[in-house]
Amino acid sequence: MDNTAQEKIINILREKFEGDILQIENPYNFLTITVKKDKIVELIQYLYNHAETQFQYLTDLCGIHFPDQNQIAVSYQLHSLVNNYRIRIKIFLSADHPVTPTLIPVFAGANWMERETYDFYGVIFEGHPNLKRILNVEDMIIFPLRKEYPLEDQVREDKKDYMFGR
Amino acid sequence: MQATDINKPSDIKLVEKPDGYEGAGFFATSLEKVVGMARKNSIWPLPFATSCCGIEFMATMGAHYDLARFGSERLSFSPRQADLLMVMGTIAKKMGPVLKQVYEQMAEPRWVLAVGACASSGGIFDTYSVLQGIDRIIPVDVYVPGCPPRPEQIIDGVMKIQHLVETESLRRRDSAEYKAMLNKYGIE
Repeated sequence: MDNTAQEKIINILREKFEGDILQIENPYNFLTITVKKDKIVELIQYLYNHAETQFQYLTDLCGIHFPDQNQIAVSYQLHSLVNNYRIRIKIFLSADHPVTPTLIPVFAGANWMERETYDFYGVIFEGHPNLKRILNVEDMIIFPLRKEYPLEDQVREDKKDYMFGR
Repeated sequence: MQATDINKPSDIKLVEKPDGYEGAGFFATSLEKVVGMARKNSIWPLPFATSCCGIEFMATMGAHYDLARFGSERLSFSPRQADLLMVMGTIAKKMGPVLKQVYEQMAEPRWVLAVGACASSGGIFDTYSVLQGIDRIIPVDVYVPGCPPRPEQIIDGVMKIQHLVETESLRRRDSAEYKAMLNKYGIE
């Protein structure tokens, strides 16, 4: 996406959400905008409807855990099929209480993505009609992609030291 | 085309008869040996293939390696008629209850062959979502190592199962030890 298109999108966002934009980055030439969490659904709805952006495809929705800051980010990746623009919007939630409204009113496809994000990070999407685990076993009690939980299965025996004469 | 000479000795190998007493018009041996011999050479496997070990199993069943030579050409895709459960591949924890149900649906006597590192111990998948060996949910008779094992190894595993089938006591499945072992897995 060239610079003029990026400028255009940023200006469109600034018109209405000037006070809500926290950070604008461009890693690997991918426009990434961090916003305050309160207006995230409204902001995505705005980008969906605006005649010049028309971000009408939700490519991905996922979580990221930052243990040092005790925060969980939710990343929304949007695609404007008409203009071939792509944009990433991030919000940061407290890891102790990660709650954010659901995006289903804008994108019905957000349903399973939010379930997955709940499954792996424990993010609560308020208003979600069926927020339960989607990939992991139902009786799992942890959110496995949070960094405080070990990746390995703790019952594994063939990696113990005595197996290697240590 | 040359006509087949029916008097020529055949090169088809038949199962050797078990030890016993033989005379004119009779042959006496123990029932256990006869049953063992019959079972050994007509094992119906149920393939439970989830990943690359399943591909090796397809080669094992194919014409080149041909598991049919061991009397196992008839795969049973219903657990009700199967004798041998062949678990080939990574079993995720979510798949665990399914595998256990398949095992419970099999009629006694039943045997289990764990093919490959994943089915035996979890293999490279030392992770929260993968079952660390199927012997955590069902009893296993023979383990075949390898990642994935070659068809020769799978055949070797089946032959070891055959040996177990042949030599198993007819009363083993009624014994208290066997029932206690199943109870340990929570299987009635």
